[in-house]
Amino acid sequence: MPMQTLTGTRLRERRQALGLRQSDLAERAGISGSYLNLIEHNRRRIAPDLLARLAGVLGLDMAAFEGSAAGALVEELRAAAAGVPGGGAELDRVEDFAGRFPGWAATLAALHSRAEGLGRAVEALNDRMSHDPHLSASLHEVLSAVSSVRSTAAILADTEDIEPEWRERFHRNLHEDSERLAAGAEALVAYLDAGGQAEEQVIASPQEEVEAWAAAEDWALETAPEGLASGAARALAAAMLARARADRMALPDPAFSQAVQELGPDPAALAARFGVEVLAVFRRLTLRPGAAAGLVICDGSGTLTLRKPLAGFALPRFGAACPLWPLFTALARPVTPIEAVIETPGPQGRRFRARAFCLPRHPGGFRGPELREAAMLILPEPPGAETALPVGSTCRICPRADCAARREPSILTV
Amino acid sequence: MAGRVLLIEDESNIAEAIRFILSRDGCEVEVEHDGRAGFARLAEGLPDVLILDLMLPGMSGLEILTALRADPRSADLPVLMLTAKGQGRDREAAERAGVSAFMSKPFANAEMRARVRALMGLDA
Repeated sequence: MPMQTLTGTRLRERRQALGLRQSDLAERAGISGSYLNLIEHNRRRIAPDLLARLAGVLGLDMAAFEGSAAGALVEELRAAAAGVPGGGAELDRVEDFAGRFPGWAATLAALHSRAEGLGRAVEALNDRMSHDPHLSASLHEVLSAVSSVRSTAAILADTEDIEPEWRERFHRNLHEDSERLAAGAEALVAYLDAGGQAEEQVIASPQEEVEAWAAAEDWALETAPEGLASGAARALAAAMLARARADRMALPDPAFSQAVQELGPDPAALAARFGVEVLAVFRRLTLRPGAAAGLVICDGSGTLTLRKPLAGFALPRFGAACPLWPLFTALARPVTPIEAVIETPGPQGRRFRARAFCLPRHPGGFRGPELREAAMLILPEPPGAETALPVGSTCRICPRADCAARREPSILTV
Repeated sequence: MAGRVLLIEDESNIAEAIRFILSRDGCEVEVEHDGRAGFARLAEGLPDVLILDLMLPGMSGLEILTALRADPRSADLPVLMLTAKGQGRDREAAERAGVSAFMSKPFANAEMRARVRALMGLDA
């Protein structure tokens, strides 16, 4: 076991022995609570100056960590060497190198760590580009308009004896394509501008834009949004508002809240009480201010059409969701209530109770097609003896290496 | 140049421009905007050159190309495929399926004329 592993554990044990909360220690050491959490679980390497600050707050002697700091440096150098196969690093002399040239060794280790971080960022961006249908569709739209404009303009410029009828037609086409190009370029610029902001603020698609607005309103869904960038987002928001209004009328308060207290958050029982479809109850339970419940809705292809997150349960922004979610079990078994306790991965894995239901619709009558909509309610679940189904968010960021349902490798180096 | 060209392209303004360019060059140009309809038109008779967009509704350009190459009657039909930049993987797939030539959108009109002439065996 690398010495570094001991450092985080030792810090955690000392903090707990002193009765200090993680957030208190983090604040006094000048770092975030989440970063300290990663350190304490040996998920991040500690810079010597930070280790000194933490040791100071905890009243620990730095000498107790000297061995571990040196051990961590050696581990980092070994990892750097492993990253360059055939690079010729003298692995048998790595400790000698770290001891004789600690400054150079630390620089090399830091560069390796930075290269690793950049590599992960590139992978994540690549993942985003390849899985982002909105970006792909926008680019295709712009390229098509540009192609048409170029060919049409060249015809008008190069053909001196063009018939008036053709000239008029091409002028009309140019006008149409220029408008289309302007709209496409505007949408693309808005998208890329958003991409330049902090990662958590990135708005990638109309759906995300609407969900960001709804989250900012704490899912009240009562008044029309202002400032949505795209027409598609405004249309989605209007549909969401209309549905929420209909749900509020079918399941009015205070009668609905009283029924929830009486029956619990059981969508089937509540639907029977009010004589409404089960999915309306899913929405009414979750899409309201202060509701401590998450909701995901998908269509028949499994595409997530609505994501209301719940703290601790990550929802994928790009690519398909974890196939083990009860949502997809419900999708395959319409009109059958599905319930399971699920558990997220990692040392901070959390348990939730998931209730899922799928409703088929036949807007065209017997001649079809059959459309399906499935929803999954995500509720906090206290620790208990019930066996939990291990699930993730999406394969690309899920660390469960041995998962039988894995579609593609994870970018996480866990 | 005289010859019959079938153009399968869902973008109507691009199709109109190509039809004009090649018609002025002496070609008889037929246009279909849907992959499936275009494929049905091919079954009625083969053109001298097929211009095929990669992304089409109904049936993709790649699906049409693959079906054509599987049929001995159309295995040698000259096919010019229109692609957008950034469709590298699809382009590789089309090469494996036996496409005759590519053109990236946006393209120059003179280049379009030259490619079609070359596929008809005429001097560019």
